[in-house]
Amino acid sequence: MLKRLRRHIAVFFAVIGPGFITAMVDNDAGGIFTYSQAGAKYGYLPLWTLAPITLLLVVTQEMCARMGAVTGKGLSDLIREEFGLRTTFVVMLLLVLTNLTNVMANFAGVASSLELFGITRYITVPAAAVGVWLLVVKGTYERVEKVFLAASSVYICYVISGFLVKPDWTQAAIYSVRPVLMLEPGYLTMLVGMVGTSVAPWMQFYLQAAVVEKGITAREYKESRLEVIVGCVAMTVIAFFIIVACAGAIHDVAPRDIQDATDAALGLKPFGQYAFLLFAIGLFNASLFAACILPLSTAYSVCEGLGFESGVNKGFREAPVFYWLFTLLIVVGGGVILIPGFPLVKMILLSQVINGALLPLVLIYMILLVNKDRLMKKWKNTRFYNFVGWTSVVILIGLTVALVILSLRDLMSA
Amino acid sequence: MAEEILYLTELLGLKVYDLRRRPLGRVRDAVLVPRLHPVRVDRYLVAGGGGYVWLYVRHDQVARITLDGIYLSDELLVPYHADEYALRLVRDVLDQQIIDARGRKVVRVTDITFEIRQEAGHDVLHVLEVDIGMRAVLRRLLQGWVPRRWIRKLQRRVPPNSIRWELCNIVEPDPQRRLRLNISMEPLEQMHPADLADIVEELSPEDREAIIEAIDTEVAAEALSEMDPETQAQIIESLDAGKAADILEEMAPDEAADVLGELEEETSEEILEEMESAPKAEVEELLEYDENTAGGLMNTEFIAVHEDATVADAVEALRQRQDLVDSINTLFIIDTDDRLRAALPVGRLFLAKPSAKVTELVREDDEVIRTNTGAPASRVLELFDKYNLLTLPVVDEEERLAGVITADDIISVLRGR
Repeated sequence: MLKRLRRHIAVFFAVIGPGFITAMVDNDAGGIFTYSQAGAKYGYLPLWTLAPITLLLVVTQEMCARMGAVTGKGLSDLIREEFGLRTTFVVMLLLVLTNLTNVMANFAGVASSLELFGITRYITVPAAAVGVWLLVVKGTYERVEKVFLAASSVYICYVISGFLVKPDWTQAAIYSVRPVLMLEPGYLTMLVGMVGTSVAPWMQFYLQAAVVEKGITAREYKESRLEVIVGCVAMTVIAFFIIVACAGAIHDVAPRDIQDATDAALGLKPFGQYAFLLFAIGLFNASLFAACILPLSTAYSVCEGLGFESGVNKGFREAPVFYWLFTLLIVVGGGVILIPGFPLVKMILLSQVINGALLPLVLIYMILLVNKDRLMKKWKNTRFYNFVGWTSVVILIGLTVALVILSLRDLMSA
Repeated sequence: MAEEILYLTELLGLKVYDLRRRPLGRVRDAVLVPRLHPVRVDRYLVAGGGGYVWLYVRHDQVARITLDGIYLSDELLVPYHADEYALRLVRDVLDQQIIDARGRKVVRVTDITFEIRQEAGHDVLHVLEVDIGMRAVLRRLLQGWVPRRWIRKLQRRVPPNSIRWELCNIVEPDPQRRLRLNISMEPLEQMHPADLADIVEELSPEDREAIIEAIDTEVAAEALSEMDPETQAQIIESLDAGKAADILEEMAPDEAADVLGELEEETSEEILEEMESAPKAEVEELLEYDENTAGGLMNTEFIAVHEDATVADAVEALRQRQDLVDSINTLFIIDTDDRLRAALPVGRLFLAKPSAKVTELVREDDEVIRTNTGAPASRVLELFDKYNLLTLPVVDEEERLAGVITADDIISVLRGR
């Protein structure tokens, strides 16, 4: 009995990585901004959405992890094998576009978080881009993953800064479980944004590829699933502290709209240098982390799906398309941040629209694949799970479409 | 104008005309029956009647194949039926992974090139190449949207990338079906074990197991030795105990022990049970040691002779273990109690008279660097580094020769860090 428990724990630590990293990167520069804004403007009210967000995340992530473990193939591999090249091509094209704008947003996060410390973006962004490039090009999967796991632990910054602000914990506890709906356009937009951006297409591709790359098989699947759940919960815990920190520091003083995540960090300043510092470091870490993962995962998925050589463990010559795509995403994603007057906000809104076109495709293909007997054998969805899965997918698609409409409206007025 | 080649992307959707040039339907798939002919398309799968009727057109019912359509010479078509001996190119090959035996890598099929040939007055298609790369991607993307002749013109700018069909190895996990489709494992068995290992590691678990199970046991053992411990364990675990034991017997005992050490106790015992007694004893002995000690690193593949032996005896001993001759460079000399006395570079035997005693070949300054089974791995590395060793003998508490560590074991340890 004890031996078996020991084995489970050992396997858990062996499979740790994919689920945790994916969930953490979900809290990238865009995510932190969304949560900060929610907390700054509406205080503790939006906290109740975190439980359903966790559920949606777990349901969608679990299916991909399971597919990776059982089939030993990436999501883009499976889409290619089962739905053909043209479908794969469309999905990959959209994925490259939406991820490119995401990379931009995160390099912008790197730039603005370090500008809080007075370092100009003309130094930080090129340095970050080169660092990210070297880490992946010169590293092996095992080493890169260790760096990523280390980066995940930096998110603890948010937990500490949440405590330093000394928010109203009773309120936080109450509103975590009490849903509040207000028919106010701003509030509804915020809810749609929070839930709609919680599941992104790249996550599905990255998670499944990472599970495969790590060599997790159906035998270790139980531990892998636990890892996915732990990762999703950890992600929402971080989100909780971001909201609470901004609620305590900004909303409780004077509710207002914040312009970006650095604005939120500045709002924490009256509550001590450390609260501000930790929030800013957290933002920098998250942005850099995502600027690393997104190009990597994009290059992986595209090469897998279209049949080019790929992998961190291969050299530049062996996998030219992989490395070129990766390099291009970083160079373009980081480069535009240095162009004065670049319409970043418009790009991010556009990204939201492309994302809205892509996510339904990915989720539907995913759930069709996970129901294929030939692929999944005894591991395919049960009827109950399918019900939960389809419900989640329908909710996510609905919210994403709503977000597209909102983005289009903003895009027109911008 | 008669074409010489045709792509699968062009064949698909091609209209099929009957004897009076009325359209019957469109091509949906091409079928190979490898047992009948290795490369000739045996039948075409045609969808007619608005797509609801699926028919087979045999290759000898076709008169001409052009970019504008397929013209039949016989209209007595049979309806589609499932056939275990048929390889359907669209369903079974297109978009799937195959092994390129010459390029030694796993590739994904984007298109297939046929050669149009004449056979007894009929146009037949012979599979020529499997297409990968950008040119084939372009054809696939435009297929059905842009006229076939335009695509041909457009694609000229893109460099082709193809693999000859004979060099392609289809991965088929089901052994029954592999037999029916006449898929041979020979190209894989001919590859260098290290290349084969790289390829197998790239496949999904199911395909990995299928290949290791199907290829020759000795090749499987060699390839397996080249993989990382986790993958080794995964594959061995998935095989039935008998097959796993056969493969482990072919491996060097220290490597076999390492693989078994990775498995759960229950599984490894089950496999040991199936092994023959001689290799089993060696492996069991090695399993006793902690993997981070000299005992865990060593193997028992060495040759030792008694100190009274002559050069002729030593050569005879080498002859007895021909399996080791390629890899061995040191001969050990032991006393009656198996205690290690000296070590001798094998080469010296050839310079000496056959009647000379082996001990005479040992020079004064030949001190034998040795270590005990319990020494930590770091100490072993130090010895290798300090004395530039190729082989290090390992002795037990009573100074008896228990095994040897060779430079390639050390390289694996260093790579693993």
